[in-house]
Amino acid sequence: MGGDLNINHLEFLGHGALWTLGLSAMALIGGGLFGFVLALARIAPARALRWASGGYIQLIQGTPLLVILFLGYFGLAAIGFDLSPLVAAGASLTIYNAAYFGEIWRGCIQSVPKPQWEAAEGLGLSRTQRMFKVILPQAIRIATPPTVGFTVQIIKNTSLASVIGFVELARAGQIINNSLFKPFLIYAIIALIYFAMCYPISRLSRRLERRMALGRAQPIPA
Amino acid sequence: MSDPTAIVSLKDVHKSFGPLKVLDGVSFSVARGEVMAIIGRSGSGKSTALRCIDRFERIDSGTIEVCGHRVDDPQVDLKALRQDIGIVFQSYNLFPHLTVEENITLAPCSVKRVAKAEAKSLARQVLAQVGLEDKLNSYPEQLSGGQQQRAAIARSLAMQPKVMLFDEVTSALDPELTGEVLKVIEALAADGMTMVMVTHEMGFAKGIADRIVFMHRGKVHEAGTAGILSAPATPELAQFVGTGF
Ligand SMILES: Nc1ncnc2c1ncn2[C@@H]1O[C@H](COP(=O)(O)OP(=O)(O)O)[C@@H](O)[C@H]1O
Ligand SMILES: [Mg+2]
Repeated sequence: MGGDLNINHLEFLGHGALWTLGLSAMALIGGGLFGFVLALARIAPARALRWASGGYIQLIQGTPLLVILFLGYFGLAAIGFDLSPLVAAGASLTIYNAAYFGEIWRGCIQSVPKPQWEAAEGLGLSRTQRMFKVILPQAIRIATPPTVGFTVQIIKNTSLASVIGFVELARAGQIINNSLFKPFLIYAIIALIYFAMCYPISRLSRRLERRMALGRAQPIPA
Repeated sequence: MSDPTAIVSLKDVHKSFGPLKVLDGVSFSVARGEVMAIIGRSGSGKSTALRCIDRFERIDSGTIEVCGHRVDDPQVDLKALRQDIGIVFQSYNLFPHLTVEENITLAPCSVKRVAKAEAKSLARQVLAQVGLEDKLNSYPEQLSGGQQQRAAIARSLAMQPKVMLFDEVTSALDPELTGEVLKVIEALAADGMTMVMVTHEMGFAKGIADRIVFMHRGKVHEAGTAGILSAPATPELAQFVGTGF
């Protein structure tokens, strides 16, 4: 076979890239929401919540994403739940990334100095008010760099969804290479596209960090 | 309880952290409008006593009553208790993500459900009290230590507490900044605010306190008017005063 890279191939790659973005968005939103709940559960007053969320995080962090994807797709199918690759991939990525978000954010929340809690408590704020009005706004600032950094991981990790037959960017490249046999060219293009997705996010994180630092140092116009 | 005029009263309060006995039968009471200074060596239990009054720590035995709230009762209404008590710490602890005004209006708005406009005029009023009207829209990190501590006092005052607790509020400040904070506290005292303050400023305690409690090894070792500082009855206080100045 062989042949040259043409516009159809590029369009196919573009499709794959869109799916990579779509999967990333699912992983980010699903994993983020679930991860936020996990982070709160990890520091909840109720021991059972702390214990359950801690166990979940340990379990998932000790399992390769590849295995979670296999379990979600082939495993569930074997016991009668037939999930589409999209649903299986979205659910697996949510389950997996939530564990990491939960742990990252727990650390951020806990790194807000304890006297901040006490000052808020002394003013009579309830635990929920202390968390949402005093601690989380400060934790978000702390959490921004690691969260954005991890978003880059999420994007790259979506390439694993190819193992359950999901045609995202990496899999699209593989398919094209199977017909063109130009691995260096094609995988270089793939790498470039991943870079094009990830680099702006890293840049954004640095800009956000700077703007937040400034916003704190400058009076807000009345 | 026994003394109906007391705003704060502790009776035989015991508190340990693990094997460490920190409060060993502490009793004292503070009447309305009274200023009490707690002095003593580092580690003698002064902060712990204040923290027990505001229920940051639970006591092992004894009773604490504040404005009619039984603080040692597990069912005590914490929200109501904290509205009656204002507490200011050594390390100011302003909320860094909020302006001075937002720091002050946060609790009145979210705890007392005061309307925004009313809370803002309250903020102006308490900031005037501490001489910081012009810092309304500043962020804490734009203020000096002394200004931050005054803003923290204003934040507590905005909840209109019946008693103020101060824990070494000038200890983190450069010497030239302590005066402005002490002046604010003096003005509060002159206004008739009931106060319990832990302080290392012996001269200030002498000048402002109606009563002085000297704590030593978790006990009230000596208590009385400011006179006890010039004529200590116990060798421990004599030694403390000798080194304290
Ligand atoms: N949360 C705590 N856990 C364990 N030990 C504590 C705690 N808080 C205070 N202590 C100990 O209790 C003793 C008295 O502390 P504190 O009340 O802060 O004394 P002071 O304010 O008079 O310096 C000290 O030995 C201190 O280390
Ligand atoms: Mg202390």
